[in-house]
Amino acid sequence: MQDYLTGNAAGTFSGLKGMHMSDINALIDEQVKNNDVFLYMKGTPDFPMCGFSGRVVQILGYLGVDYQSANVLENQELREGIKAYANWPTIPQLYVKGEFVGGADIVTEMFQAGELQTHLAEKGIAVKQTA
Amino acid sequence: MAMAAHEIEKRILAALPDAKIEIRDLAGDGDHYAATVISEAFRGKTRVQQHQMVNAAFGSDMGTVLHSLALQTKAPD
Repeated sequence: MQDYLTGNAAGTFSGLKGMHMSDINALIDEQVKNNDVFLYMKGTPDFPMCGFSGRVVQILGYLGVDYQSANVLENQELREGIKAYANWPTIPQLYVKGEFVGGADIVTEMFQAGELQTHLAEKGIAVKQTA
Repeated sequence: MAMAAHEIEKRILAALPDAKIEIRDLAGDGDHYAATVISEAFRGKTRVQQHQMVNAAFGSDMGTVLHSLALQTKAPD
């Protein structure tokens, strides 16, 4: 089940087409539980297609966190499925150790308060910069 | 579609009667709001859970009738 993971920092997963809701849920479950840090976003870390997604990419980049991401614009089922999975209406969505941490506003607020750095450290995620 | 600020406040108060609410109409178009909500009900909850409690007050109107609501939530100091 690991073959879709590229393994490199900020690698990107492009979803499959035509999946059922239950398949999507299982896929999301796999992604968030098999990756320490996973970001559902519009676009890719190199080319974010939305300002909110870009903001989270910038924060993770600034902190030097290794993460995987999925581009929901390439998969309509994933785009809707992730909203249902988290009971959260918007994208981006950041997951740490399988747990939904927040969208762009929460992540920004936590970063500015230093809480995101603390949260990552508590979960055993390497953070290269804490200032 | 749009929702008036006082309607937003009413919905949040229905779900969280003790809430202190501050609403700003970000674009002046009745479509893009920001709200600060302070409630004792948030204590011990994660930010995600806090936002979900507010979002739940709007049901399916969230994202449709109410186009966009940027939230800041916390328990009283």
